[in-house]
Amino acid sequence: MRKPASAIAVHAILGLYTVLALFPIVLVVMNSFKAKRAIFNTPLQPPMPWNFDPIGYAKVFGDSAITSYYLNSLVVTTGTIFMTLLFGAMAAWALTEYKFRWNTLLALYLSIGIMVPIRLGSVAIIQLVSDLNMINTLSALVLVYTAQSLPLSIFILSEFIAQIPKDLREAGRCDGLTEFHIFFYIVLPLIRPAMATVAVFTMIPVWNDLWFPLLLAPTNGKQTITLGVQQFLGQYITDWNAVLAALSTAIIPVLILYVIFSRQLIRGLTSGAVK
Amino acid sequence: MAEVLIDKLCKSYGSAEILKDIDLKVEDGSFVVLVGPSGCGKSTLLRCIAGLEPISAGGMTIGGRQVKNLPPAKREIAMVFQSYALYPHMDVKGNMAFGLRFAGTPKAEIEARVAEAARILQLEPLLKRRPRELSGGQRQRVAIGRAIVRKPQVFLFDEPLSNLDAALRINTRVEIAKLHKLLNATIVYVTHDQVEAMTLADKIVVMNKGRIEQAGKPLDLYYKPANLFVAGFIGSPAMNFLEGHVTGSGRVEAAGSGLTLRLPSSCKPGDKVTLGVRPEHMNLGAAPGPLLQAQVDLIERLGETGYAHLRLPTGQVVISEVRGEPGHVTGDSISVGFDPVRCHIFDAAGRRIE
Repeated sequence: MRKPASAIAVHAILGLYTVLALFPIVLVVMNSFKAKRAIFNTPLQPPMPWNFDPIGYAKVFGDSAITSYYLNSLVVTTGTIFMTLLFGAMAAWALTEYKFRWNTLLALYLSIGIMVPIRLGSVAIIQLVSDLNMINTLSALVLVYTAQSLPLSIFILSEFIAQIPKDLREAGRCDGLTEFHIFFYIVLPLIRPAMATVAVFTMIPVWNDLWFPLLLAPTNGKQTITLGVQQFLGQYITDWNAVLAALSTAIIPVLILYVIFSRQLIRGLTSGAVK
Repeated sequence: MAEVLIDKLCKSYGSAEILKDIDLKVEDGSFVVLVGPSGCGKSTLLRCIAGLEPISAGGMTIGGRQVKNLPPAKREIAMVFQSYALYPHMDVKGNMAFGLRFAGTPKAEIEARVAEAARILQLEPLLKRRPRELSGGQRQRVAIGRAIVRKPQVFLFDEPLSNLDAALRINTRVEIAKLHKLLNATIVYVTHDQVEAMTLADKIVVMNKGRIEQAGKPLDLYYKPANLFVAGFIGSPAMNFLEGHVTGSGRVEAAGSGLTLRLPSSCKPGDKVTLGVRPEHMNLGAAPGPLLQAQVDLIERLGETGYAHLRLPTGQVVISEVRGEPGHVTGDSISVGFDPVRCHIFDAAGRRIE
């Protein structure tokens, strides 16, 4: 048992951090329900009957472009998650299971991606995407985000795959499974918790990113929601109701995805395989 | 079922030779046990038969088919792992049916085979359970069931009992022996436990440092060990070895006692020999045969029998079985005898002299 004093200290620190982290979000959600005057006069006041005004939401849902921005964000995010998990797990499996000549070198090369931010290559990426005629396509975003997420995913998934008992893979081979069957029917189900973890931290920066949508898909209705919100921010007039409402609703899809994946974060799935 | 023929098999990792010139015949329907100390290469040999390790040189046929370059799946073998290696995300039935599903076996056939295996292994009430909900013995039976349903040419067992507790180990040992009779299967079985080897095997293969020291029927190995290693490895407690030399025709001098034995003519006076006497063939203070003077170091009492650890004047400790309740205590001076007929003689190179 931990001492009560230190438990209180730990909880106090965690509680403080939670409040700090949640404060801006709560502020955004609260103010999204208020009239414009109330947002500026009493920003810290929760929505009350006398200052309640859903005009922001009416504008957001009334604008069909915004709905398609949501869809764009959703497509880019789920596409990235899918590609990252599939190729990340495959690469991790290959690097841990098979002994081939450039194995270590390849693992090192991939880990460079963890250390060097992909944004340093923005200019080259724009050139590449433009040469491929992929400016203003969602595919370009998915490809760039997959490249961005792969290194860390491979690193984490390798660790988990290495923990799968060797006997299990060999039992599969004796059972007459091909290497692809072993990967899809034995390895993937067993690293599901790890994949959920990878999915969660792949998804959040992709959903929130403003940089690459701005560079690679800024117009033509291919904007993601974080970029699409910018249309309410003008040089002279900013429609704060709409901005706040759009940002508040942008939280929901990512929250749903998070709930789906966190259900998979069950520990002890491999217990009982080997003694 | 089929026979396995291994011909001059070699296996090395880099420059380290793990297996050297292994020649072995596993007869159709026989139960062959590979034993040896850890690191002797017995598991590696089994994995070579399974196809999980590529072999460096030599050949191997299963049922007359050269399998040297075939993957495990094509060799028609089934392996039971020491760790059981059950698929944790599938229930018992799923575990047993898994390999068949990918082999394209018809559904009705899979059902029938799984039901049959479950009946033989008494797994019927457990078919819907996950491996983590099973006890060690049950997991072991599922692992065996997974092998049975595939109807392989050869069963391979890699120390299947070493994770079970003592009582369960004896039970499962009996079950495996019964299963062998029932299925009339060809089995290659690896263990470091010589009781398992003696009780299960039609043929025991004793391995040491990557070579086969001797292969033969269990009792042949016990009564006629081919060399010092096998003599010391088979039998528990281990055989006592007394260094000696030939002094005249049919006479051996060992541990200070003149001993007359029938020696072959190839033995010349002055040759170094080693006498081997099993603890169970020694008697405290009784003839027939030569008597050795010794001091009691320790008496281990097991009930019906016991073992006396005796220190000879040379300082060497020998172990003698004692029946009933010995009246001796530590420090007593006693004499111990053995029957020369039951004595094994090995030459300077460690080979048996008949």
